[in-house]
Amino acid sequence: MPDNDQLVFGLDTFGDVPDDPSTDTPVSYAAALQQIIKEAQLADDLGIDVIALGEHHRLEYAISSPDIMLSAIASVTKKIKLSTGVTVLSSDDPVRVYERFATLDNISNGRAQIMLGRGSFTESFPLFGYHLEDYDALFEEKIALFSKLRESGSINWQGHFTQDLKNQEIYPKINGHQLETYVGVGGTPDSIIRAAYYGFPVILAIIGGDPERFKPYVELYQKATVQFKQPQQPLGMHSHGVIAETDEKAHNIAWNYLRRSMDRIGNDRGWAPMNKERFDFEVARGAYYVGTPEHVAHKIAQKMTKVGVKRFDFIYGAGGQYSTLREKTIELYATKVVPRVKELIKTGEYSYE
Amino acid sequence: MNKPIIGILGAGKLGTTLAKLSTKAGYKTLIASSKSATQIQLTISVLAPKAIALNATELKHQADIIILALPLGKYRSIEKDNLQKKIILDAMNYWWEVDGNNNIYSTKKHSSSELIQQYLPESTVIKALNHMSYHDLQEEAGQGKDGKRKSIILAGDDQTAILTAAQIVTDFGFDPLVLNSLSQGKILEPGSPLFGADDTKENLRKIVVQELKKLT
Repeated sequence: MPDNDQLVFGLDTFGDVPDDPSTDTPVSYAAALQQIIKEAQLADDLGIDVIALGEHHRLEYAISSPDIMLSAIASVTKKIKLSTGVTVLSSDDPVRVYERFATLDNISNGRAQIMLGRGSFTESFPLFGYHLEDYDALFEEKIALFSKLRESGSINWQGHFTQDLKNQEIYPKINGHQLETYVGVGGTPDSIIRAAYYGFPVILAIIGGDPERFKPYVELYQKATVQFKQPQQPLGMHSHGVIAETDEKAHNIAWNYLRRSMDRIGNDRGWAPMNKERFDFEVARGAYYVGTPEHVAHKIAQKMTKVGVKRFDFIYGAGGQYSTLREKTIELYATKVVPRVKELIKTGEYSYE
Repeated sequence: MNKPIIGILGAGKLGTTLAKLSTKAGYKTLIASSKSATQIQLTISVLAPKAIALNATELKHQADIIILALPLGKYRSIEKDNLQKKIILDAMNYWWEVDGNNNIYSTKKHSSSELIQQYLPESTVIKALNHMSYHDLQEEAGQGKDGKRKSIILAGDDQTAILTAAQIVTDFGFDPLVLNSLSQGKILEPGSPLFGADDTKENLRKIVVQELKKLT
């Protein structure tokens, strides 16, 4: 786990399939997946701390098996942590999940990380034969089992949704440390309490609205860890953004792609499409980090401080953004934004709005 | 007149947000969930410190007005005792990701609040506080994030109960916009442009007129 005072900066992707600039239609899944490996390599070269991949089972996203992607990334990178955002534990077998990430950890010299979550999408439930009605109960039971698996010893377990295990050893073992495990939380208070109960650090998924409304969740987590006698762990947040040379350019990209991707998701959920007023609010004071490196750095520094988190994961490339635009965001985030955020948080001289 | 005591069933994202708005508006506020009062105490002490965590039975006994903020799919877990003759503000929505793929709660013609009214025939159900997302509710209360007061649309059949609900919504920091009947509340549900709506009364009224036309 990171030192309490150490700031951590990550890049996250849901695995969006980019558009081909010559046709404005999506590239192949092969091209999309290989692009992500290239981007992770770029992030590693530029000193980003973590790359986190989402797990989705939808047309517009190429990554359904983040651990396979991460192992490919492991072989072409040196320092970057290999994480997920999130692994939908509810619809997976915790034993297999643990085995896969223990393998990843071993081949990458201890760089594996996992972020467990209930997921904000639910396609995986019918796909793997689970019932949405069990959404909460599945997660509750599986995170309990996962927490035991992480201790790496012999397991005894009686499950309702999961298998019974008797004096069972799990291989490969991880030597010298436990698999770094986070929980991704979207704003359900019970999820915060649950993460605190198991002593897992939390990443807040802040995808809309004023990030500062999450501040009470940080307090709730801290109080809950005290109550459960777990160590105090720093929290993190992840949010969408676009960085470009000018504000205008970044705003246009975000309006064309990020908004479109949000509307597509919202449409499935019965939400009305995002209007200009709402979009502008998200950019100005809400959850989107869109603009020049200087503007984005000020906003990240301010929100990290106000919310009270030590890790920021920047979700890049939402919608069908061209590969070149995605790479530009990564490059500017790593070379300009991250060093500037560190400086601004240190001096407290951030000012956004 | 003394302010009524508000009891909120559900202590998730929506329930805790409403508890905060309610205490801020000066109402004595009680909150309960499927868990015990002790189990939600920590959450309430941080997210809505002035609200009182109770178990559901005690809450229904003490509260004058009940707000339903639990997953719609669990509505049958609401025990009906001590709800008779009380005003129920139904803030629940059919949400396939939680309630399952099969929408057994509303139809093309009937809203899920009508189902709740059927389930609680001796109570007065008003559809309220369902169309705005929980984070907008928090950020827009009072003079909202752009300095404008936003509107909450209400639907119900009982005029006295509507007046009470409108007063509560006003105290919470929103302008109430009242539909003519509980069944018209259909236009506030997922799939409608009003679902998720976060706008002024004036703007919402225009959309309401269009959506009501589609109902007939």
